[in-house]
Amino acid sequence: MGKETATLLLTWAALMALLAITVAAALLPIGPVKGAINIGAALAKAALIYWVFMHLKEVSGFLRIAAVGAVVWIVILGTMTFTDIVSRGG
Amino acid sequence: MSEAASKGVTLEEPFARRDQQREADFLGMYLFLASEIMLFGGVIALLFADRFRHPGAAEQAAARLNLMIGTANTVILLTSSLFVALAVAAARAGKARAVTGWLIGASLLGLAFLGLKGVEYAEDLAEGIRPILGRATPGALFINLYFTATALHAIHLTVGIGLMGWSAARVGRGRVKVPNQSIVIEMTGLYWHFVDVVWVFLFPFLYLPRH
Repeated sequence: MGKETATLLLTWAALMALLAITVAAALLPIGPVKGAINIGAALAKAALIYWVFMHLKEVSGFLRIAAVGAVVWIVILGTMTFTDIVSRGG
Repeated sequence: MSEAASKGVTLEEPFARRDQQREADFLGMYLFLASEIMLFGGVIALLFADRFRHPGAAEQAAARLNLMIGTANTVILLTSSLFVALAVAAARAGKARAVTGWLIGASLLGLAFLGLKGVEYAEDLAEGIRPILGRATPGALFINLYFTATALHAIHLTVGIGLMGWSAARVGRGRVKVPNQSIVIEMTGLYWHFVDVVWVFLFPFLYLPRH
């Protein structure tokens, strides 16, 4: 098995481990922290998929910014949404 | 972009160099997928807002969804992504038969996902979980978003399965030659992985809000 295949298999194993963690966190009675674990695990999974499977690790910095720039816009969109909800008291 | 990755590739207009052409290919696909991030990001922002404004309602509604099928489908999609990554590796190594095999495998996993999703929808409807028109309660709004998000995702998945089947056939018949035309497999792969990433976010927001 080549080095590249090993990297791909390891990435898949890490994705499965993150899935197990997130499902376990949702089912266990650990309170509000489960929400943070679920979002953290999703971000970690997406980062792994983008970095390894979607080739971000091998492309230029310019392409990396183009690929994940939309995340910045999503954060702005989310912040605006929540500013509205919080400041109007529901 | 390394010069090595684009060696032997046909240089098309208007590019001066092969690595520049390759960079442009990736740039176009990444930007298209960025527009998809905005599309699904809007739906996820709504799910987030519904849950924030009406604590408890989303959790109650989410608990009615089938976590078993949701988790199984996550395993299926993550594994299909591995298959597609292996197809790209095989394409770069010039192994046409392996490319076809991995792509067909990934397409079958995609079909399995859709099949399970169909079973789940049928169960949902039988249990009275259905989209509601008009003024919806917070819990019903969550269910509406569940159907909107999963249906939109299923459409993307169907397109992805079509792309992979098409790519597998082209490589199988020798119309797309690897490794020189690996870019076809790489771009198809990017789309499929993105559909996987969307599910990675939909899964916790739809199935995992639990007390």
